[in-house]
Amino acid sequence: MTERIATDLAVSCEGLHKQYGDVVAVDRLSLTVRRGECFGLLGPNGAGKTTTIEILEGLLAPDAGDVSVLGLGWRTHERELRQRLGIQLQETQLNEKLTVDETLRLFRAFYHDGPTVEALLDMVELGAKRGSWVGKLSGGQRQRLSVACALAGGPDLLFLDEPTTGLDPQSRRQLWEVLRRFRAAGGTVLLTTHYMDEAEVLCDRVAIVDSGTVIALGTPRDLIASLGAPRVVTHHGTLEDVFMALTGRHLREA
Amino acid sequence: MKHSRGRGGARHPLIELTLARLREFIREPEALFWTFIFPIVLSMALASAFPGGATSPVFVGLAASPASAGLRQTLAAVPGIIVRDVELDEELDALREGEVHLVVRPTDPPTYRFDPGRDGSRTARLIVDDALKRASGRADPWTARDQAVEIPGSRYVDWLIPGIVGMNIMGTSLWGLGFSIVQARMRKILKRLVASPMRKWEYLMAQILARMLFLAPEAAVPLLFGVLAFGMPIQGSVAAIVVVTAAGGLAFSGLGLLVASRPRTIEGISGVLNFVMLPMWILSGIFFSASNFPDALQPFIQALPLTALIDALRGVVLEGATVAGVAGELVLLAVWGVVPFALAIRLFKWK
Repeated sequence: MTERIATDLAVSCEGLHKQYGDVVAVDRLSLTVRRGECFGLLGPNGAGKTTTIEILEGLLAPDAGDVSVLGLGWRTHERELRQRLGIQLQETQLNEKLTVDETLRLFRAFYHDGPTVEALLDMVELGAKRGSWVGKLSGGQRQRLSVACALAGGPDLLFLDEPTTGLDPQSRRQLWEVLRRFRAAGGTVLLTTHYMDEAEVLCDRVAIVDSGTVIALGTPRDLIASLGAPRVVTHHGTLEDVFMALTGRHLREA
Repeated sequence: MKHSRGRGGARHPLIELTLARLREFIREPEALFWTFIFPIVLSMALASAFPGGATSPVFVGLAASPASAGLRQTLAAVPGIIVRDVELDEELDALREGEVHLVVRPTDPPTYRFDPGRDGSRTARLIVDDALKRASGRADPWTARDQAVEIPGSRYVDWLIPGIVGMNIMGTSLWGLGFSIVQARMRKILKRLVASPMRKWEYLMAQILARMLFLAPEAAVPLLFGVLAFGMPIQGSVAAIVVVTAAGGLAFSGLGLLVASRPRTIEGISGVLNFVMLPMWILSGIFFSASNFPDALQPFIQALPLTALIDALRGVVLEGATVAGVAGELVLLAVWGVVPFALAIRLFKWK
């Protein structure tokens, strides 16, 4: 049963390296995501979050390093992994001339097993919009549809790249609710974000990434506590303070 | 949570991908215009610019001087001759622009100025010469009995419409596939699809299937227009037309996938498409026969897929050729379909 033990990790990677010309995007990065947890990659734009998650998603090949997802390797088990993963890419647009229903039907067709289209519509609360063209949806509705497409195969592991960037507060909360329900059903989530509050609300553990490498790792509470007493007495510490302390920069402006 | 093994209410991925492409196309009104309306407008415009020979009048230029008055009276009275005022300094312009086929100067005997390189000018010279000599009292030894023959199937419009059908199949296949794929690449729809378990060949095959489904109306609309509006006869069988059209659709779909396999921008794909299509627009005999080009070019021209498609269509529609009769063209089209498709699968960039 050694394999069982190995697959207690949803994701593990060791020494990932990816370079574009002279620019090092990911620099000997290692991390593990346990089954059932929500793991956040937190960092400024250009920190290497997207390159890292796309390597883990099997969309980019690393120059060096090992990746194991659900205990399987991309080179040997791509077809099986694609069936078991849900992926939401950053800034992906779905076909604007298709309806919500048609879009979900298309993605559902790729999977051997998973929720019905009806159930997917319920999960992301888009039942009322099922006949609308994707082009007519609001930003928040599109993002939920995009998550529903990622959920179409009933995945064990969900990858989300900046799922709430650009959304208004209400839409962000609706999306968080979708993720909470996915996790309550036993799902594992790996997401990237540059919103501190999002990481604090959703994530069990957070890796702070800068210049392509992990500079801090732990639960949001531990990371905040590691700063010692909050420097400003009037408000309690946040991940923003952690990032400031580690890099001397604001997260959003970095 | 409702969960289902199997596809949870969805159909086979190949069918869903094909439906997605069809829906995208139908919901794009511009695409419908270029596919169905444009070929009809073009056929009508061209047919009116090149009417059958007997019905087109001859335009003769005369200076508006008193010396020309007698000539004017004579010529204006002849059916089929239309006299236009052309002053001495305008003669060359009027001939070049095709405003008149011939200029008559009131010398004795008259002088004809015309371009012997133009059929219309040569015809005009014969008609005018005949009219003026008769008016001067020439006695004809006999007058032949004329039987006007206008055989549907041998007019320019009959020859033109299969050319337009071929051009349309090329244009909609290449533009349609090229633009939709490059747009999907730009908007990272392709990247999202390959992040799912979709099989890449299913996506490419679905694009071809969707194209093939649209071929039927694309070919049928201009052909039916030819039959209904011009009485164009269809000599060959409908089955043979279907086979030729399908082969043409396959060839240009394969080529469309190939040209769309790499470009990342609309500007990029537009350039490649023009580069690929321009030689065929000019050389493949859409508007005038490809045999007008020099012999040295013929091997190249005959190897082009549009030449093969148009030749096969004309063979079937105008001459009643069977599938076996156009087998050479069909083989060439099949090669044009399979080789680019195989290359496209290898070269295709999804991200």
